Amino acid sequence: MTDYPPFDPERARAIIDGLAVREGATLPILHALQEAFGCVPEAAEPLVAEALNLSRAEVHGVVTFYHDFRRAPPGRHVVKLCRAEACQARGGDVLAAEVERGLGTPINSTSPDGRVTFEAVYCLGLCASGPALMLDGKLFGRVAPGEGAARVVEACAS
Amino acid sequence: MTVRVFIPGDAGAVAVGADEVAAALAEEAHAAGIDVAITRTGSRGLFPLEPLVEVETAGGRIGYATVYPRDVKALVAAGMLEGGPHEKRIGRPEALPFFARQTRLTFARCGITDPLSLDDYRANGGMKAIARAVSLGPAAIVEEVVASGLRGRGGAGFPTGIKWRTVAATVAPQKYIVCNADEGDSGTFADRMMMEGDPFALIEGMAIAGIATGATRGYVYIRSEYPHAVAAMEKAIAIARRAGLLGRGIAGSAYDFDMEVRVGAGAYVCGEETALLDSLEGRRGIVRAKPPLPAISGLFGKPTVINNVLSLAAIPFILAEGAKVYADFGMGRSRGTMPIQLAGNVKNGGLFETAFGITLGELVDDVGGGTESGRPVRAVQVGGPLGAYFPRELFDTPFDYESFAARDGLIGHGGIVVFDDTVDMAKQARFAMEFCAIESCGKCTPCRIGSTRGVETLDKVIAGRDVERNLAIVEDLCHTLKFGSLCALGGFTPYPVMSALTHFPDDFRRNRAREAAE
Repeated sequence: MTDYPPFDPERARAIIDGLAVREGATLPILHALQEAFGCVPEAAEPLVAEALNLSRAEVHGVVTFYHDFRRAPPGRHVVKLCRAEACQARGGDVLAAEVERGLGTPINSTSPDGRVTFEAVYCLGLCASGPALMLDGKLFGRVAPGEGAARVVEACAS
Repeated sequence: MTVRVFIPGDAGAVAVGADEVAAALAEEAHAAGIDVAITRTGSRGLFPLEPLVEVETAGGRIGYATVYPRDVKALVAAGMLEGGPHEKRIGRPEALPFFARQTRLTFARCGITDPLSLDDYRANGGMKAIARAVSLGPAAIVEEVVASGLRGRGGAGFPTGIKWRTVAATVAPQKYIVCNADEGDSGTFADRMMMEGDPFALIEGMAIAGIATGATRGYVYIRSEYPHAVAAMEKAIAIARRAGLLGRGIAGSAYDFDMEVRVGAGAYVCGEETALLDSLEGRRGIVRAKPPLPAISGLFGKPTVINNVLSLAAIPFILAEGAKVYADFGMGRSRGTMPIQLAGNVKNGGLFETAFGITLGELVDDVGGGTESGRPVRAVQVGGPLGAYFPRELFDTPFDYESFAARDGLIGHGGIVVFDDTVDMAKQARFAMEFCAIESCGKCTPCRIGSTRGVETLDKVIAGRDVERNLAIVEDLCHTLKFGSLCALGGFTPYPVMSALTHFPDDFRRNRAREAAE
């Protein structure tokens, strides 16, 4: 559970300048911005473009290409649930439906009250211990439909 | 006397409570006045045993399986710290058939040593290879790798030594070693286990690749879904650098090599080597047309060795023990061992490293023990989301590159996902198209648009509308994807779709009768 500060161009610039000297610095910069602000807002794009001598369109293209980068901060809780084949084979679909119902939040969306972001992820590398999910950065394997889904929903209640 | 205890810190163990078990055990031992030293190892790789706690005794390491925090008090009281009897005691883990049947060359240390201890690494055969590599010199290293028969373990199966030879022969002021650790295939976790469980082996392999080809910089591109692997590699690189194994004059030689970790951002297609290079350069992960080969014009236009984690991690064994020892394992043109990953609905899920040639049926039924649900195995998907579904009738297929290709499949990165008889193969075929639509980089039209049309058409089939005509369209689409895409995402998505259609035709025709009745 993380509370992110609002986007701050000064702080963003400091982050960008600290990383801009690295080879192929775009992704490290975008990750660092998202870690600081919970997202990479559009306002950050011209700053990155300027520092790396890229066009704003190029930076926009990169930000929007990758599934990880968000345009708005996530909810207070983030659930990333694996939807790939190995988890499907172990009841992942049932679990996903139960968590979705319990949270009242469709997959790949944030609840209107900002309580929880519920996302699909395609493999956490726990393919012999599925269904698997990541809740607020912590991994969980063998999450049983029913009881396991209820625990996820409960953890995201506040 | 201090009791040594080993608890995996591997993500697969942590996800089922290993951290809490380690904390509970430290507390319980303290309360009982027993001095314990807990080492967090990688995982041995049989995940149903996790969290697996091992206690060092005069008779070797004794394992206790599926130890949860609530069990710790009773286990300590029962004498676990002396290796005492308990229903969770499994004896020496390496004596279990799952481990005893393996040939662990690449994963020899994983689950046994402290992943971040260089002393452990050295004491268990580590750093022998780089010493030999330095004495052999670049040309002889390359020939050793060629002679080992090692082929790309990421899935494409291209001979690693040939790749290295090309980079070595290309003159440039800067060359790169890039490790592809963007292990996005569902059903695979060997790269993750290696990076978390024996990161120095990968570092040593990359440094040897650097010496062999004249590359002085390396990158490990790890997917963001693997935070534990990222942390382990970063720590290991820092330790290796402090010990002089990376940087200027590595391991006391005249060769320079340094490396760093780069983290992906949730794009499956970046596991494709040219898309990965674009991503490393800071761009959208768009697939490049070949030629030029990355070996000639790769990262930032420079000659680049791009190899999978498992290929690079196999290098220390090959250099330390000699190419012949490695090549003596395997069959046909598939030499050495493959770390196979048994996943999905399988009883004994985990990492099984073995020489090429074992049959799919032995893997699924004997080693894997069938399904975890106890129901019959109906299908197994081999090689990730782009791999074919195999029915039981094809379980006699030997596990090697050519045998799988001959049956319209691929071994890919060695993942086997097992499904029981509740699986709906039409749904799985639809998922393959859906996944392709979500992850397509957009460069090739058949992949970008064909995948979405594939989902729509399969939806019609599943709904029972005009089934035969729509299946003909799906087949036609698959043909277009296969031959009209630059990379394996578009090119191989037809494998799961067509194999499902070929081997499980009834699943696509369930609603046809209903339609006729209406």
